Amino acid sequence: MSAGNMRLTLKVWRQSNTDTQGGFENYNLDGVSPDMSFLEMFDILNEQLIEENKEPVAFDHDCREGICGMCSMFINGQPHGPLKGVTTCQLHMRSFQDGDTITVEPWRAAGFPVIKDLVVNRDGFDRIISAGGFVSVNTGNAQDANSLPIAKENADDAFAAAACIGCGACVAACKNASAMLFVSAKISQLALLPQGQAERSIRAEKMVAQMDAEGFGNCTNTHACSAECPKEISFENIARMNREYLGAKVSSKAV
Amino acid sequence: MATSSRLDARIPQGSLEDKWKKYKSSVPLVNPANKRNIEVIVVGTGLAGASAAATLAEMGYKVKAFCFQDSPRRAHSIAAQGGINAAKNYQNDGDSVHRLFYDTIKGGDYRSREANVHRLAEVSGNIIDQCVAQGVPFAREYGGLLSNRSFGGVQVQRTFYAAGQTGQQLLLGAYSGLQRQVGMGTIAMYNRHEMLDVVKIDGKCRGIIARNLITGELERHSAHAVLLCTGGYGNVFYLSTNAMGSNVTAAWKAHKRGAFFANPCFTQIHPTCIPVSGEHQSKLTLMSESLRNDGRIWVPKKQNDTRPGNEIPEEERDYYLERRYPAFGNLVPRDIASRAAKERCDAGYGVGSSKLAVFLDFSAAFHRYGQGEANKNNITNASEAQILEWGKAVVKEKYGNLFDMYKQITGEDPYEVPMRIYPAVHYTMGGLWVDYNLMTTVPGLYSLGEANFSDHGANRLGASALMQGLADGYFVIPITVGAYLAGEIRTGKISTDHEAFVQTEKEVKDRIEKLISIKGNTSPELFHRRLGKIMWDKCGMARNEKGLKEAIVEIRALREEFWKDVKVMGKIGDFNPELDKANRVADFIELGELMCIDALTRNESCGGHFREEYQTEEGEALRDDENFMFVSAWEHIATEKWELHKEDLVYDNIKIAQRSYK
Ligand SMILES: Cc1cc2nc3c(=O)[nH]c(=O)nc-3n(C[C@H](O)[C@H](O)[C@H](O)COP(=O)(O)OP(=O)(O)OC[C@H]3O[C@@H](n4cnc5c(N)ncnc54)[C@H](O)[C@@H]3O)c2cc1C
Ligand code: SF4
Ligand code: FES
Repeated sequence: MSAGNMRLTLKVWRQSNTDTQGGFENYNLDGVSPDMSFLEMFDILNEQLIEENKEPVAFDHDCREGICGMCSMFINGQPHGPLKGVTTCQLHMRSFQDGDTITVEPWRAAGFPVIKDLVVNRDGFDRIISAGGFVSVNTGNAQDANSLPIAKENADDAFAAAACIGCGACVAACKNASAMLFVSAKISQLALLPQGQAERSIRAEKMVAQMDAEGFGNCTNTHACSAECPKEISFENIARMNREYLGAKVSSKAV
Repeated sequence: MATSSRLDARIPQGSLEDKWKKYKSSVPLVNPANKRNIEVIVVGTGLAGASAAATLAEMGYKVKAFCFQDSPRRAHSIAAQGGINAAKNYQNDGDSVHRLFYDTIKGGDYRSREANVHRLAEVSGNIIDQCVAQGVPFAREYGGLLSNRSFGGVQVQRTFYAAGQTGQQLLLGAYSGLQRQVGMGTIAMYNRHEMLDVVKIDGKCRGIIARNLITGELERHSAHAVLLCTGGYGNVFYLSTNAMGSNVTAAWKAHKRGAFFANPCFTQIHPTCIPVSGEHQSKLTLMSESLRNDGRIWVPKKQNDTRPGNEIPEEERDYYLERRYPAFGNLVPRDIASRAAKERCDAGYGVGSSKLAVFLDFSAAFHRYGQGEANKNNITNASEAQILEWGKAVVKEKYGNLFDMYKQITGEDPYEVPMRIYPAVHYTMGGLWVDYNLMTTVPGLYSLGEANFSDHGANRLGASALMQGLADGYFVIPITVGAYLAGEIRTGKISTDHEAFVQTEKEVKDRIEKLISIKGNTSPELFHRRLGKIMWDKCGMARNEKGLKEAIVEIRALREEFWKDVKVMGKIGDFNPELDKANRVADFIELGELMCIDALTRNESCGGHFREEYQTEEGEALRDDENFMFVSAWEHIATEKWELHKEDLVYDNIKIAQRSYK
């Protein structure tokens, strides 16, 4: 297959750094193939910009197979674009029409300041995990893996929650820029497993406290997060987290 | 042959089974009070780096960790799909430490070190224990116990997995351990930082120069030991299954500062990847080897058959792996499966528009699993359609995310038509030479995970890279690094004002300024593509003397052109992915040259290294144990100049044989 023949108009957010104002720039792009991924389409745009001696658009990406959580484009008003259950890097141009105008912006949230163009700072997510998203077990302390049978159902549910890639689309989708889906996914994973029991309360409390400290908003049950989540992390996790959190508050010693 | 005097592998004395045990009980220790004053830099936060950083911090060392992504959780290990091996023998199918050791040495075509591989097999079981304790949700059976699957080159089921997302779950486990220590203040995490050089003082590694990728500033970081856990260099081929950012820069900089580079030409081409679809392609996507548990590989018996796979009748299909290798069938090791696919396509039996693809077909599995479901539920009168539907549901549970990914990329539904697959660059067995302690030839500089050359010889078995990364990080380095650091307790804090830091930083700065100032006509991306094409055509799945000699000339010319004509947009003191890329491509070009030199020097075929001049009548790799039973360790002397050092491989415990999977 050779280069394709779709023509597009791209309206792309450009911003030099965190401290400056950004704005949209329009670009015309020819020769796009329906088999290209959205990011490969951006590769072509960037090569074109370089040829014109203009600075290419900065965007985050790495694995390009939907698992690292690095890519993060807000496309035509939706995080990761129009297709359900995929990341930006897995979106292909066959989801668009010849002649389309496509608007591309960074995640927008107080907790995710723009670094440059489409690149944002998601360090807050790491700090939330540091606050409690783990089981406190040092290397070398583990017992034989099969000495702890876990019902397949629980293991499967924990896995479903653990599939979160930490991309931040849930925050970008939410009008309150809430990080509840992300935080609840980790809390659920560990609450569903026996290994997570000992620190269950303190984990919920500390992670929620950190989430608030990072400037993420409240959840008002709009469900936009799980609708836009590329890994289809279930909204039920938020209900589970609320139970965990309330339970923790009742018996709170810390925080 | 004799091992070069510059290469002491420091393999402990004693019988194979006792070496590691004895070593552990006799290695010098660093007491807790001293540990607090000893700093360790860990570059890379994949399985190897994250597990090492977390464990060293737990032990009391002061750790700094670096990664170029925006979060340590995004290291490329996250993308590993199929599974992780361990000699647990939970399936009671005859597995043991010895069998895992043996399979790995044989799988590597007798080009790895016995002592290292045995240690790997010994600690493999503890890895699974550790991961489960962290809350890694491995797949389980209904009884609540862990589930296993088979991988290539092996006749037992020892692979643990979490759907097709094993790397993700293992890395998130290691990452949670790392973030826990970050929260406790024992690890300082530097994300969006790229290490650009190693700093040596009096012959010892004493730190690194890193670039803050947001501000563009260069930073000096000192430490008593530096661990490079920076992953593989498959992206030298431009197209590979690696992430876009995976690169060789850290290892290459270490190499140019005195660390020998071992077996650079040993590259793994993975047989089951989604074929290239066009010029625009930026990377290739793996379809996990675990699919070969259930998928059957075939091509039409007729050349140039253009019918869709599901319309070609059974008797007109050539299941060439089952035909050629009846004992292992679809589960032969990767190098063999890849070459067999290439052979069929070169002979005109390939499928798809490019003719560079073979089928990976699940219809038999749909049927088998569907029938199994019917039997389980005592349904005797199920229709064929129902059976297929149930079978598809079982397959979906095992490999759902892979099937979805295939559909996303190709636009075809693999539940309805067979997948089309073709080999692609996937993993690099070569890497920095390390001794038993995982130390490079530069004292104080270590290398872990895919970045080192240690355990996989000339071909890695599936599900063994995750095992090695976590073995190195959780269980090996925390012990072996003590042997060196015990001698460092009197060193004290290392000043970054030392002349060596100043000088090295200046060299890095000069190079960056040079890159920006060339203002040529060709983007780093285009240079990378051109390098990739040379490498794939002439140092890829099959190599020969003529092609390699041409490649070396072409790569040298490409390097000269690069430094005259590269066009790097943007500024130095800024977030600038083009500059990062230019830096990486420059190093890939130099590495490519060394890979070709290494391939040209190794006048034999073994594992992933297939020299067309050296093959059996049936087209299998023909090793030359007499002359090439050694590790090639290259010392960098000057531009275009390397010296070869040989480490002899001694097999005391394994009988060397022609590798056969028939
Ligand atoms: C698609 C795919 C599927 C795979 N599936 C399997 C599987 O099922 N089973 C299996 O065993 N193996 C599998 N592998 C292989 C395995 O995933 C890798 O070999 C392994 O994860 C490598 O781990 P690592 O820790 O060595 O490096 P990586 O995970 O690659 O991490 C490298 C780290 O180094 C950092 N880094 C690199 N350079 C620099 C620099 N200059 N400065 C700062 N930081 C730097 C990066 O930021 C990153 O944190 C797969 C590989 C691929 C590509
Ligand atoms: S919950 Fe979904 S959208 Fe939110 S970070 Fe995780 S994967 Fe991304
Ligand atoms: S680039 Fe990794 S998820 Fe998109």
